[in-house]
Amino acid sequence: MRPFTYARPDTLADAVALLAERGAEARVLAGGTDLIIRLRDGSVRPEVVVDVKRVPELAPGIRARDGGMLVIGATTTMTEIAAHPLIRRDVAGLAEAAAVVGSVQIRNRATLAGNLCNASPAADTAPSLLVHGAVVVAHGLAGERRIGLDDFFVRSGLTTLAPGELVVAIEIPASGHGRIASAHQRRTRRRGHDLASVTLACGLDATGLTRIAYGSVGPRPILRLDTTGVLAAAASTDEARTPIFEAIFADATPSVRSMRAGAEYRLAMLRVLGRRALATAQARLAAGE
Amino acid sequence: MPQTTLPIELTVNGTLRGIDVAPHHTLLEVLRDDLQLTGSKECCLVGECGACTILVNGRSVDSCLVLAVEADGADVLTVEGLASPDGRLAPIQAAFLDQGGVQCGFCTPGQLMSAHALLAGHPHPTRAEIEEGMAGNLCRCACYEQIFAAIDQAASGAAPAVTGASVRAEAGDAWAGAKTSAEGLDQ
Repeated sequence: MRPFTYARPDTLADAVALLAERGAEARVLAGGTDLIIRLRDGSVRPEVVVDVKRVPELAPGIRARDGGMLVIGATTTMTEIAAHPLIRRDVAGLAEAAAVVGSVQIRNRATLAGNLCNASPAADTAPSLLVHGAVVVAHGLAGERRIGLDDFFVRSGLTTLAPGELVVAIEIPASGHGRIASAHQRRTRRRGHDLASVTLACGLDATGLTRIAYGSVGPRPILRLDTTGVLAAAASTDEARTPIFEAIFADATPSVRSMRAGAEYRLAMLRVLGRRALATAQARLAAGE
Repeated sequence: MPQTTLPIELTVNGTLRGIDVAPHHTLLEVLRDDLQLTGSKECCLVGECGACTILVNGRSVDSCLVLAVEADGADVLTVEGLASPDGRLAPIQAAFLDQGGVQCGFCTPGQLMSAHALLAGHPHPTRAEIEEGMAGNLCRCACYEQIFAAIDQAASGAAPAVTGASVRAEAGDAWAGAKTSAEGLDQ
Protein backbone atom coordinates (compact mmCIF):
# COMPACT_ATOMS: atom_id res chain seq x y z
CA MET A 1 0.00 0.00 0.00
CA ARG A 2 1.26 3.48 -0.88
CA PRO A 3 2.12 5.54 2.24
CA PHE A 4 -0.29 8.24 3.41
CA THR A 5 -0.85 10.42 6.44
CA TYR A 6 -3.54 9.21 8.84
CA ALA A 7 -5.76 11.75 10.58
CA ARG A 8 -8.29 10.99 13.27
CA PRO A 9 -10.22 14.17 14.07
CA ASP A 10 -12.10 14.27 17.37
CA THR A 11 -14.61 16.94 16.35
CA LEU A 12 -16.89 17.50 13.37
CA ALA A 13 -15.43 20.98 12.88
CA ASP A 14 -11.89 19.56 12.63
CA ALA A 15 -13.01 16.82 10.23
CA VAL A 16 -14.82 19.24 7.93
CA ALA A 17 -11.95 21.76 8.02
CA LEU A 18 -9.43 19.06 7.14
CA LEU A 19 -11.54 17.75 4.26
CA ALA A 20 -12.05 21.29 2.94
CA GLU A 21 -8.35 22.12 3.21
CA ARG A 22 -7.06 18.92 1.57
CA GLY A 23 -9.79 18.56 -1.07
CA ALA A 24 -9.08 15.76 -3.52
CA GLU A 25 -5.93 14.79 -1.58
CA ALA A 26 -8.11 13.44 1.25
CA ARG A 27 -10.27 10.33 1.48
CA VAL A 28 -12.74 9.57 4.25
CA LEU A 29 -12.27 6.27 6.11
CA ALA A 30 -15.28 4.76 7.87
CA GLY A 31 -15.57 0.94 7.78
CA GLY A 32 -12.77 0.58 5.24
CA THR A 33 -14.27 -2.44 3.48
CA ASP A 34 -14.15 -0.63 0.14
CA LEU A 35 -11.52 2.05 0.77
CA ILE A 36 -8.74 -0.25 1.99
CA ILE A 37 -9.15 -2.49 -1.06
CA ARG A 38 -8.84 0.58 -3.29
CA LEU A 39 -5.87 1.95 -1.35
CA ARG A 40 -4.14 -1.38 -1.86
CA ASP A 41 -4.87 -1.71 -5.58
CA GLY A 42 -3.87 1.93 -6.14
CA SER A 43 -7.18 3.02 -7.66
CA VAL A 44 -7.29 5.77 -5.03
CA ARG A 45 -4.06 7.48 -3.96
CA PRO A 46 -4.84 9.98 -1.19
CA GLU A 47 -2.21 11.99 0.65
CA VAL A 48 -4.31 11.87 3.79
CA VAL A 49 -6.81 9.32 5.06
CA VAL A 50 -9.35 10.88 7.43
CA ASP A 51 -10.73 8.33 9.89
CA VAL A 52 -14.09 9.75 11.00
CA LYS A 53 -14.97 7.02 13.50
CA ARG A 54 -14.13 9.17 16.54
CA VAL A 55 -16.21 12.17 15.51
CA PRO A 56 -19.07 12.17 18.07
CA GLU A 57 -21.74 13.40 15.62
CA LEU A 58 -21.05 10.40 13.34
CA ALA A 59 -21.08 7.86 16.17
CA PRO A 60 -22.83 4.55 15.61
CA GLY A 61 -26.33 4.30 16.95
CA ILE A 62 -30.00 4.36 16.02
CA ARG A 63 -32.18 6.90 17.78
CA ALA A 64 -35.90 7.66 17.56
CA ARG A 65 -36.35 11.41 17.38
CA ASP A 66 -39.56 13.34 18.19
CA GLY A 67 -42.09 13.09 15.40
CA GLY A 68 -41.26 9.50 14.58
CA MET A 69 -37.96 10.08 12.76
CA LEU A 70 -35.31 7.35 13.02
CA VAL A 71 -31.78 8.74 12.94
CA ILE A 72 -28.94 6.39 12.05
CA GLY A 73 -25.42 7.62 12.85
CA ALA A 74 -23.13 7.63 9.80
CA THR A 75 -20.74 4.99 11.15
CA THR A 76 -23.44 2.55 12.27
CA THR A 77 -22.49 -0.88 10.95
CA MET A 78 -24.62 -3.28 8.93
CA THR A 79 -24.54 -5.71 11.88
CA GLU A 80 -26.08 -3.10 14.16
CA ILE A 81 -28.73 -2.10 11.62
CA ALA A 82 -29.75 -5.68 10.85
CA ALA A 83 -30.19 -6.46 14.55
CA HIS A 84 -31.86 -3.27 15.76
CA PRO A 85 -35.47 -3.78 16.98
CA LEU A 86 -36.77 -0.41 15.69
CA ILE A 87 -35.27 -0.97 12.23
CA ARG A 88 -36.63 -4.51 12.11
CA ARG A 89 -40.09 -3.29 13.13
CA ASP A 90 -40.42 -0.03 11.16
CA VAL A 91 -37.92 -0.35 8.30
CA ALA A 92 -38.01 -4.11 7.67
CA GLY A 93 -36.62 -3.88 4.13
CA LEU A 94 -33.52 -2.09 5.43
CA ALA A 95 -32.95 -4.72 8.14
CA GLU A 96 -33.21 -7.43 5.45
CA ALA A 97 -30.81 -5.60 3.14
CA ALA A 98 -28.23 -4.91 5.86
CA ALA A 99 -28.32 -8.60 6.83
CA VAL A 100 -27.18 -9.73 3.36
CA VAL A 101 -24.36 -7.25 2.73
CA GLY A 102 -21.09 -9.18 2.44
CA SER A 103 -20.23 -11.64 5.20
CA VAL A 104 -20.34 -11.36 9.00
CA GLN A 105 -16.81 -9.91 8.92
CA ILE A 106 -17.81 -7.28 6.35
CA ARG A 107 -21.05 -6.40 8.14
CA ASN A 108 -19.13 -5.89 11.38
CA ARG A 109 -17.14 -3.10 9.69
CA ALA A 110 -19.16 -1.76 6.74
CA THR A 111 -21.11 1.39 7.61
CA LEU A 112 -24.41 2.69 6.27
CA ALA A 113 -22.94 6.04 5.22
CA GLY A 114 -20.05 4.24 3.52
CA ASN A 115 -22.46 2.07 1.55
CA LEU A 116 -24.29 5.20 0.33
CA CYS A 117 -21.21 7.38 -0.29
CA ASN A 118 -19.53 4.71 -2.42
CA ALA A 119 -22.66 4.99 -4.55
CA SER A 120 -22.31 1.51 -5.96
CA PRO A 121 -25.27 0.78 -8.25
CA ALA A 122 -25.49 -2.56 -6.41
CA ALA A 123 -25.58 -1.04 -2.89
CA ASP A 124 -28.05 -3.25 -1.06
CA THR A 125 -29.22 -0.66 1.46
CA ALA A 126 -30.11 1.93 -1.19
CA PRO A 127 -33.42 0.52 -2.50
CA SER A 128 -34.97 0.13 0.95
CA LEU A 129 -33.82 3.57 2.05
CA LEU A 130 -35.27 5.03 -1.18
CA VAL A 131 -38.71 3.50 -0.66
CA HIS A 132 -38.72 4.79 2.92
CA GLY A 133 -37.92 8.36 1.81
CA ALA A 134 -34.58 8.49 3.65
CA VAL A 135 -32.67 11.76 3.89
CA VAL A 136 -28.90 12.14 4.05
CA VAL A 137 -27.71 14.71 6.61
CA ALA A 138 -24.44 16.22 5.39
CA HIS A 139 -22.12 18.69 7.07
CA GLY A 140 -19.65 21.00 5.40
CA LEU A 141 -17.97 24.35 6.00
CA ALA A 142 -21.26 26.02 5.04
CA GLY A 143 -23.11 24.08 7.72
CA GLU A 144 -25.73 21.35 7.61
CA ARG A 145 -27.66 20.24 4.53
CA ARG A 146 -30.37 17.62 4.05
CA ILE A 147 -30.37 15.72 0.79
CA GLY A 148 -33.22 13.39 -0.17
CA LEU A 149 -31.61 10.06 -1.03
CA ASP A 150 -33.09 10.13 -4.55
CA ASP A 151 -31.17 13.39 -5.11
CA PHE A 152 -27.96 11.93 -3.63
CA PHE A 153 -26.88 9.32 -6.19
CA VAL A 154 -25.41 10.41 -9.53
CA ARG A 155 -23.62 7.33 -10.83
CA SER A 156 -21.22 4.67 -9.61
CA GLY A 157 -18.82 6.32 -7.16
CA LEU A 158 -20.37 9.78 -7.50
CA THR A 159 -22.88 11.55 -5.25
CA THR A 160 -24.16 15.11 -4.97
CA LEU A 161 -22.10 15.67 -1.81
CA ALA A 162 -20.11 18.87 -2.26
CA PRO A 163 -16.31 18.69 -1.94
CA GLY A 164 -15.47 18.62 1.76
CA GLU A 165 -18.97 17.61 2.82
CA LEU A 166 -19.31 14.71 5.22
CA VAL A 167 -22.37 12.52 5.86
CA VAL A 168 -23.29 12.79 9.53
CA ALA A 169 -26.44 10.68 9.69
CA ILE A 170 -29.28 9.16 7.72
CA GLU A 171 -32.84 10.05 8.70
CA ILE A 172 -35.80 7.78 8.00
CA PRO A 173 -39.40 8.96 8.45
CA ALA A 174 -40.95 6.15 10.50
CA SER A 175 -43.98 5.95 12.77
CA GLY A 176 -46.02 9.16 12.73
CA HIS A 177 -45.22 9.75 9.03
CA GLY A 178 -47.65 7.20 7.67
CA ARG A 179 -46.36 3.69 8.10
CA ILE A 180 -44.53 2.16 5.14
CA ALA A 181 -44.32 -1.63 5.11
CA SER A 182 -41.24 -2.67 3.14
CA ALA A 183 -39.45 -5.75 1.87
CA HIS A 184 -36.06 -6.31 0.22
CA GLN A 185 -35.17 -8.94 -2.39
CA ARG A 186 -31.96 -9.68 -4.24
CA ARG A 187 -30.35 -12.16 -6.60
CA THR A 188 -26.72 -13.18 -6.39
CA ARG A 189 -24.60 -15.62 -8.41
CA ARG A 190 -24.28 -17.94 -5.46
CA ARG A 191 -25.59 -18.32 -1.93
CA GLY A 192 -23.54 -16.84 0.85
CA HIS A 193 -21.26 -13.93 0.24
CA ASP A 194 -21.71 -12.12 -3.07
CA LEU A 195 -22.60 -8.79 -4.65
CA ALA A 196 -26.13 -8.36 -5.94
CA SER A 197 -26.95 -9.04 -9.58
CA VAL A 198 -30.28 -7.38 -8.87
CA THR A 199 -31.28 -5.66 -5.62
CA LEU A 200 -34.81 -4.34 -5.07
CA ALA A 201 -37.17 -3.06 -2.40
CA CYS A 202 -40.89 -2.40 -2.28
CA GLY A 203 -42.60 -0.03 0.16
CA LEU A 204 -46.32 0.21 0.66
CA ASP A 205 -48.53 2.44 2.79
CA ALA A 206 -52.21 2.44 3.80
CA THR A 207 -53.12 4.98 1.07
CA GLY A 208 -52.25 2.44 -1.64
CA LEU A 209 -49.12 4.26 -2.82
CA THR A 210 -46.46 1.74 -3.84
CA ARG A 211 -42.79 2.60 -4.10
CA ILE A 212 -40.33 0.31 -5.86
CA ALA A 213 -36.59 0.95 -5.94
CA TYR A 214 -34.00 -1.18 -7.67
CA GLY A 215 -30.29 -1.30 -8.28
CA SER A 216 -27.49 -3.15 -10.08
CA VAL A 217 -29.31 -2.59 -13.38
CA GLY A 218 -27.90 0.81 -14.34
CA PRO A 219 -25.53 3.55 -13.23
CA ARG A 220 -27.48 4.35 -10.05
CA PRO A 221 -30.37 2.99 -7.98
CA ILE A 222 -33.78 4.00 -9.31
CA LEU A 223 -36.98 4.89 -7.40
CA ARG A 224 -40.40 4.68 -9.08
CA LEU A 225 -43.92 5.15 -7.68
CA ASP A 226 -47.27 3.61 -8.52
CA THR A 227 -49.90 6.21 -7.71
CA THR A 228 -52.78 4.29 -9.35
CA GLY A 229 -53.23 1.97 -6.39
CA VAL A 230 -53.31 -1.03 -8.73
CA LEU A 231 -50.12 -2.64 -7.42
CA ALA A 232 -51.19 -2.25 -3.81
CA ALA A 233 -54.79 -3.46 -4.19
CA ALA A 234 -55.16 -7.00 -2.95
CA ALA A 235 -57.85 -7.67 -5.59
CA SER A 236 -55.63 -6.72 -8.56
CA THR A 237 -54.81 -9.49 -10.99
CA ASP A 238 -51.31 -10.04 -12.27
CA GLU A 239 -52.59 -9.01 -15.72
CA ALA A 240 -53.62 -5.64 -14.25
CA ARG A 241 -50.30 -5.22 -12.48
CA THR A 242 -48.10 -6.20 -15.41
CA PRO A 243 -48.25 -2.90 -17.37
CA ILE A 244 -47.49 -0.98 -14.18
CA PHE A 245 -44.49 -3.16 -13.38
CA GLU A 246 -43.33 -2.73 -16.99
CA ALA A 247 -43.50 1.07 -16.66
CA ILE A 248 -41.67 0.95 -13.31
CA PHE A 249 -38.87 -1.20 -14.73
CA ALA A 250 -38.61 0.70 -18.04
CA ASP A 251 -35.62 2.66 -16.72
CA ALA A 252 -33.48 -0.40 -16.01
CA THR A 253 -30.42 -0.34 -18.27
CA PRO A 254 -28.20 -3.23 -17.18
CA SER A 255 -24.76 -3.34 -18.74
CA VAL A 256 -24.24 -6.08 -21.28
CA ARG A 257 -20.60 -6.26 -20.22
CA SER A 258 -21.10 -6.93 -16.51
CA MET A 259 -19.63 -10.20 -15.33
CA ARG A 260 -22.15 -10.90 -12.55
CA ALA A 261 -25.20 -11.58 -14.72
CA GLY A 262 -26.46 -11.08 -18.25
CA ALA A 263 -28.68 -8.11 -19.01
CA GLU A 264 -31.59 -10.33 -20.07
CA TYR A 265 -31.41 -12.29 -16.82
CA ARG A 266 -31.33 -9.14 -14.72
CA LEU A 267 -34.35 -7.69 -16.50
CA ALA A 268 -36.25 -10.95 -16.04
CA MET A 269 -35.32 -11.17 -12.37
CA LEU A 270 -36.38 -7.56 -11.71
CA ARG A 271 -39.92 -8.56 -12.59
CA VAL A 272 -39.79 -11.66 -10.38
CA LEU A 273 -38.27 -9.83 -7.40
CA GLY A 274 -40.70 -6.92 -7.82
CA ARG A 275 -43.66 -9.27 -7.45
CA ARG A 276 -42.11 -11.09 -4.50
CA ALA A 277 -41.24 -7.90 -2.64
CA LEU A 278 -44.72 -6.50 -3.28
CA ALA A 279 -46.35 -9.66 -1.89
CA THR A 280 -44.18 -9.54 1.24
CA ALA A 281 -44.81 -5.83 1.78
CA GLN A 282 -48.57 -6.39 1.35
CA ALA A 283 -48.50 -9.18 3.93
CA ARG A 284 -46.51 -6.97 6.32
CA LEU A 285 -48.86 -4.03 5.89
CA ALA A 286 -51.88 -6.27 6.49
CA ALA A 287 -50.26 -7.85 9.56
CA GLY A 288 -49.39 -4.44 10.95
CA GLU A 289 -45.76 -5.57 11.17
CA MET B 1 5.51 14.00 3.52
CA PRO B 2 3.45 11.10 4.89
CA GLN B 3 3.94 10.19 8.52
CA THR B 4 6.53 7.49 9.10
CA THR B 5 5.04 5.83 12.14
CA LEU B 6 2.35 6.40 14.77
CA PRO B 7 2.35 4.94 18.28
CA ILE B 8 -0.63 2.73 19.14
CA GLU B 9 -1.59 0.63 22.13
CA LEU B 10 -3.71 -2.46 21.82
CA THR B 11 -4.44 -5.58 23.80
CA VAL B 12 -3.54 -8.72 21.88
CA ASN B 13 -4.65 -12.05 23.35
CA GLY B 14 -4.84 -10.49 26.79
CA THR B 15 -1.48 -8.69 26.73
CA LEU B 16 -1.24 -4.92 26.37
CA ARG B 17 1.18 -4.04 23.56
CA GLY B 18 2.58 -0.65 22.64
CA ILE B 19 3.95 -0.47 19.12
CA ASP B 20 4.83 2.06 16.42
CA VAL B 21 3.05 1.33 13.16
CA ALA B 22 3.12 2.79 9.68
CA PRO B 23 -0.28 4.36 8.85
CA HIS B 24 -0.56 2.33 5.65
CA HIS B 25 0.09 -1.02 7.32
CA THR B 26 -2.91 -3.23 7.99
CA LEU B 27 -3.61 -4.87 11.30
CA LEU B 28 -2.85 -8.20 9.60
CA GLU B 29 0.61 -6.99 8.58
CA VAL B 30 1.36 -5.68 12.06
CA LEU B 31 0.19 -8.89 13.74
CA ARG B 32 2.24 -11.08 11.43
CA ASP B 33 5.35 -8.98 10.78
CA ASP B 34 5.73 -6.86 13.94
CA LEU B 35 4.19 -9.08 16.59
CA GLN B 36 5.20 -12.41 14.97
CA LEU B 37 1.66 -13.76 15.32
CA THR B 38 1.62 -15.64 12.02
CA GLY B 39 -1.53 -17.69 12.65
CA SER B 40 -3.72 -15.19 10.81
CA LYS B 41 -3.15 -15.72 7.10
CA GLU B 42 -2.87 -13.31 4.18
CA CYS B 43 -4.77 -14.56 1.16
CA CYS B 44 -7.33 -12.70 -0.99
CA LEU B 45 -6.81 -9.20 0.48
CA VAL B 46 -10.30 -8.12 -0.61
CA GLY B 47 -12.47 -9.47 2.21
CA GLU B 48 -13.77 -12.56 0.44
CA CYS B 49 -11.79 -15.49 1.87
CA GLY B 50 -11.70 -14.86 5.63
CA ALA B 51 -8.22 -16.38 6.15
CA CYS B 52 -7.21 -13.27 8.12
CA THR B 53 -10.25 -13.27 10.42
CA ILE B 54 -9.61 -12.07 13.95
CA LEU B 55 -11.81 -10.57 16.67
CA VAL B 56 -11.59 -6.84 17.39
CA ASN B 57 -13.55 -5.82 20.48
CA GLY B 58 -15.37 -9.15 20.31
CA ARG B 59 -16.43 -8.86 16.67
CA SER B 60 -14.99 -10.83 13.78
CA VAL B 61 -13.32 -8.75 11.08
CA ASP B 62 -11.06 -9.33 8.09
CA SER B 63 -7.77 -7.98 9.47
CA CYS B 64 -6.52 -7.31 5.92
CA LEU B 65 -9.21 -4.60 5.71
CA VAL B 66 -8.34 -2.84 8.98
CA LEU B 67 -5.52 -0.34 9.30
CA ALA B 68 -3.37 -1.06 12.34
CA VAL B 69 -3.82 2.54 13.51
CA GLU B 70 -7.58 1.98 13.59
CA ALA B 71 -7.02 -0.69 16.26
CA ASP B 72 -5.49 1.84 18.65
CA GLY B 73 -7.08 1.06 22.02
CA ALA B 74 -8.77 -2.11 20.78
CA ASP B 75 -8.96 -5.57 22.29
CA VAL B 76 -7.74 -8.09 19.71
CA LEU B 77 -8.08 -11.87 19.78
CA THR B 78 -6.17 -13.97 17.26
CA VAL B 79 -6.07 -17.73 16.78
CA GLU B 80 -3.00 -17.83 19.03
CA GLY B 81 -5.24 -16.69 21.89
CA LEU B 82 -7.80 -19.51 21.63
CA ALA B 83 -5.88 -22.25 23.42
CA SER B 84 -5.23 -21.89 27.14
CA PRO B 85 -1.74 -20.78 28.18
CA ASP B 86 -0.80 -24.37 29.08
CA GLY B 87 -1.41 -25.38 25.48
CA ARG B 88 -4.76 -27.08 25.97
CA LEU B 89 -6.90 -26.55 22.88
CA ALA B 90 -10.18 -24.67 23.08
CA PRO B 91 -13.23 -26.93 22.53
CA ILE B 92 -13.75 -25.54 19.02
CA GLN B 93 -10.15 -26.35 18.09
CA ALA B 94 -10.41 -29.90 19.43
CA ALA B 95 -13.73 -30.32 17.61
CA PHE B 96 -12.12 -29.28 14.29
CA LEU B 97 -9.54 -32.03 14.74
CA ASP B 98 -12.17 -34.56 15.86
CA GLN B 99 -14.32 -33.97 12.82
CA GLY B 100 -11.59 -33.68 10.21
CA GLY B 101 -12.34 -30.01 9.72
CA VAL B 102 -8.65 -29.35 9.05
CA GLN B 103 -7.16 -30.48 5.75
CA CYS B 104 -4.37 -28.30 4.39
CA GLY B 105 -4.87 -25.97 7.35
CA PHE B 106 -4.37 -22.64 5.61
CA CYS B 107 -7.91 -21.38 6.18
CA THR B 108 -8.19 -23.00 9.62
CA PRO B 109 -7.18 -20.01 11.80
CA GLY B 110 -9.79 -17.83 10.12
CA GLN B 111 -12.40 -20.59 10.25
CA LEU B 112 -11.73 -21.05 13.96
CA MET B 113 -12.11 -17.35 14.69
CA SER B 114 -15.41 -17.13 12.79
CA ALA B 115 -16.65 -20.28 14.54
CA HIS B 116 -15.58 -18.82 17.89
CA ALA B 117 -17.45 -15.56 17.17
CA LEU B 118 -20.51 -17.47 15.94
CA LEU B 119 -20.69 -19.60 19.11
CA ALA B 120 -20.23 -16.54 21.31
CA GLY B 121 -23.37 -15.01 19.76
CA HIS B 122 -25.30 -18.25 19.14
CA PRO B 123 -24.30 -20.93 21.66
CA HIS B 124 -26.57 -23.44 19.87
CA PRO B 125 -26.64 -22.33 16.22
CA THR B 126 -29.04 -23.80 13.68
CA ARG B 127 -27.71 -25.13 10.39
CA ALA B 128 -28.80 -21.87 8.70
CA GLU B 129 -27.04 -19.79 11.36
CA ILE B 130 -23.87 -21.82 10.91
CA GLU B 131 -23.97 -21.42 7.12
CA GLU B 132 -24.51 -17.67 7.41
CA GLY B 133 -21.99 -17.26 10.23
CA MET B 134 -19.30 -19.06 8.23
CA ALA B 135 -20.12 -17.60 4.78
CA GLY B 136 -17.15 -15.24 4.95
CA ASN B 137 -14.61 -18.07 5.21
CA LEU B 138 -13.64 -20.06 2.16
CA CYS B 139 -11.97 -23.50 2.28
CA ARG B 140 -10.38 -24.67 -0.96
CA CYS B 141 -10.15 -28.21 0.42
CA ALA B 142 -13.95 -28.00 0.76
CA CYS B 143 -14.10 -29.18 4.37
CA TYR B 144 -17.34 -27.31 4.88
CA GLU B 145 -19.39 -30.26 6.14
CA GLN B 146 -16.64 -31.28 8.55
CA ILE B 147 -16.29 -27.70 9.78
CA PHE B 148 -20.05 -27.45 10.34
CA ALA B 149 -19.95 -30.78 12.21
CA ALA B 150 -17.14 -29.42 14.38
CA ILE B 151 -19.23 -26.36 15.26
CA ASP B 152 -22.14 -28.65 16.13
CA GLN B 153 -19.86 -30.71 18.33
CA ALA B 154 -18.45 -27.68 20.13
CA ALA B 155 -21.99 -26.29 20.59
CA SER B 156 -23.23 -29.57 22.03
CA GLY B 157 -20.55 -29.40 24.69
CA ALA B 158 -19.63 -33.02 23.97
CA ALA B 159 -16.24 -33.91 25.37
CA PRO B 160 -13.79 -33.88 22.50
CA ALA B 161 -12.32 -37.23 21.58
CA VAL B 162 -9.06 -35.39 21.01
CA THR B 163 -7.66 -33.54 23.99
CA GLY B 164 -4.91 -31.01 23.80
CA ALA B 165 -2.47 -33.50 25.29
CA SER B 166 -3.31 -36.26 22.84
CA VAL B 167 -3.07 -33.90 19.91
CA ARG B 168 0.42 -32.94 20.93
CA ALA B 169 1.35 -36.60 21.35
CA GLU B 170 0.04 -37.40 17.89
CA ALA B 171 1.75 -34.39 16.35
CA GLY B 172 -1.53 -32.82 15.35
CA ASP B 173 -2.69 -35.70 13.16
CA ALA B 174 -6.27 -34.72 12.37
CA TRP B 175 -7.07 -38.14 10.93
CA ALA B 176 -6.21 -39.80 14.22
CA GLY B 177 -8.75 -37.52 15.86
CA ALA B 178 -11.39 -38.31 13.25
CA LYS B 179 -10.85 -42.05 13.75
CA THR B 180 -11.10 -41.74 17.52
CA SER B 181 -14.35 -39.89 17.04
CA ALA B 182 -15.76 -42.55 14.71
CA GLU B 183 -14.85 -45.31 17.16
CA GLY B 184 -16.61 -43.36 19.86
CA LEU B 185 -19.80 -43.41 17.82
CA ASP B 186 -19.66 -47.20 17.40
CA GLN B 187 -19.79 -47.80 21.11
